[in-house]
Amino acid sequence: MDKFRMMFQFLQSNQESFMNGICGIMALASAQMYSVFEFSCPCMPEYNYAYSMGLLFVPPVWFFLLGFVMNNNVSVLAEEWRRPTGSRHKDPTILRYMFCSITQRSLIAPAVWLSVTLMHGKSFLCAFSTSLDIDRLGNFSVFSGISELERVKLLARIPCEDEVYFEQHKEIRMVATRYMKCISQTCGWMLLLMMTFTAFLIRGIRPCFTQAAFLKTKYWSHYIDIERKMFDETCKEHAKSFAKVCIHQYFESISGEMRSIHHNRTYGSEDGENGRELGDEEKLMGIRAQEDMNKVLWNWHTSKPALALRKDKVDLQSNGTLKGYANGEANVLLNGHTSDVEKKEWAVYYSKV
Amino acid sequence: MERLKLVLQYFQSNSESISNGICIILALVSVKLYTSFDFNCPCLPQYNRLYSLGVMLVPPIILFFLGMLVNRHTGVMMDEWLRPEGQRSKNPAVVKFLFSAMLQRAMLAPMVWILVTLLDGKILICAFSVSVDPHLFSGFPNNTGLDVIKIMAMVPCKDNIFGHSSFRKAVTRYVRCYSQAVGWSILLFFIVLGSLARLIKPFFDDHARFLQTRYWSNYLDVEQKMFDETCVLHARDFARKCVVQFFEEMREDSVPMLDRPYFSVSTKDDWDCEDEDRLHGVTRQEQMDKLLDKWFCSKPQLDVRRIANRPRLCPGCSKRSLSSEV
Repeated sequence: MDKFRMMFQFLQSNQESFMNGICGIMALASAQMYSVFEFSCPCMPEYNYAYSMGLLFVPPVWFFLLGFVMNNNVSVLAEEWRRPTGSRHKDPTILRYMFCSITQRSLIAPAVWLSVTLMHGKSFLCAFSTSLDIDRLGNFSVFSGISELERVKLLARIPCEDEVYFEQHKEIRMVATRYMKCISQTCGWMLLLMMTFTAFLIRGIRPCFTQAAFLKTKYWSHYIDIERKMFDETCKEHAKSFAKVCIHQYFESISGEMRSIHHNRTYGSEDGENGRELGDEEKLMGIRAQEDMNKVLWNWHTSKPALALRKDKVDLQSNGTLKGYANGEANVLLNGHTSDVEKKEWAVYYSKV
Repeated sequence: MERLKLVLQYFQSNSESISNGICIILALVSVKLYTSFDFNCPCLPQYNRLYSLGVMLVPPIILFFLGMLVNRHTGVMMDEWLRPEGQRSKNPAVVKFLFSAMLQRAMLAPMVWILVTLLDGKILICAFSVSVDPHLFSGFPNNTGLDVIKIMAMVPCKDNIFGHSSFRKAVTRYVRCYSQAVGWSILLFFIVLGSLARLIKPFFDDHARFLQTRYWSNYLDVEQKMFDETCVLHARDFARKCVVQFFEEMREDSVPMLDRPYFSVSTKDDWDCEDEDRLHGVTRQEQMDKLLDKWFCSKPQLDVRRIANRPRLCPGCSKRSLSSEV
């Protein structure tokens, strides 16, 4: 249990390793599903091929789509693709990068299924037993002097082990199995070689062409993901503070008394972890009404803000920290130190006006 | 559990041991792959050799490419090799060092596969059973109508024509003996080669230069990791401030803005003196794009005197630094 928890914690440490973890789990699930699944060839000329090829190709498609479903980045990609431009330009290279990385991860589980199926060889035997040139594999008397239709039917029965249909069945089955398995495994190894070589080329050759642009797209696609998370977190905090203030207001309106909301705050070392919690009023960031909040949520999609922090805001904050500490005077900035409690109250009171 | 954590911590302590760890894991994967692979000799004269040599040689190639793919140093090496010179001169010795280290690590898993193959013997039996002279052994099945080559090709398979005769087992043992001898010889050869190389290298190599090359190649790896981490932290901060700014802008739209103080929302872990430093003054998309462009096209000089001598101002040490300013 402890091992699982440690692994889980490690995987959740960042988004990429979480997605890699999901990818690995799906690959294992794919291999496990194959070993649990009981392949049973229909042994009829009309259905052999369809059944085997279906089993070879349909689960990979399913795993591929499942990979898309389980990947969080798909909704991020869709949102980024569909949003109106607003004050932030859309960069198609970022969309392409995100799509490529999602696709690469989703391709692993199908590749595992295909490899395992081909290495096992049963599906090839079932599919191609009717096209076997049995005379090349050995002299089997049961195939001499029969009509073409009978021959095909006999060949189609080869993959099934249940009954002995003809006296040389076991021997023919062994020879045919070995032959088809050999071909199937060759195909499997070739597939693995091709995939590894392609991945190696992409990873090795890409830096020759687009390294600078690659750094940019990697950064901004990660940024989009993180920004979405930050927005969700901020909304949650806002909702909490909104609710608290709303309830407080309601109680006040019933009781008819005005009580300062400041007394509910936690100061410095008395409560809270490190005394830097802001009050609920501040967490509202001035958004106090339903219409305002609706506007925030609406504009977040229809008109995302430009990627430019206000310089005055950044300067003010850094200056404020330095000044507030060095001079000990009242400052525009709230910084949660216990010595600045009175300044905080003044600043908040000001905002209410 | 504790032991596993210690082992993991040791391997993660520096980039070289991470690469070594990955290399060893790949070698173990190679062994596991061999044991779980169901080797199936076709027992047909035209296909035996092709199939066997294919199984002996194609997986090593796959493992080699895989070894180069999962190695971080591949990216570092390509980056250092392809970047324009910019303000930092290029050192070809570092690229060569990284390349040879990467190659050596990538060769381990393929070698393990080939050795395991030879020591096990199945594959060579399948490949070379047709070349064995059947008259060396007794019990050759004469009564079947097949020719010699076809019969010898069937030796690797537990077929009916041999029944319980000891002929098959004898041939198998014979070929396996050769196969294991070849395997052990190759292993011995590589170990001797490796030891000789280790012993003789100091006589031919400039150790001082080697120390420099090793340092700078490790530095490049660490620098790239640090850059990625800094970018991640920067993105996080940028996003947080962008979101807060967005909320505040909505407020300003509805209420006329007087000379109001700016409020900032900070969560518990946010308000250190280093908080502003995480943005490092990069607050716009164009600035960030330029930064990322320049990181590749014109890497900075290896000279940190400017920032090392900058006075630090933070609550913990500000008293010290303020007094030093006076």
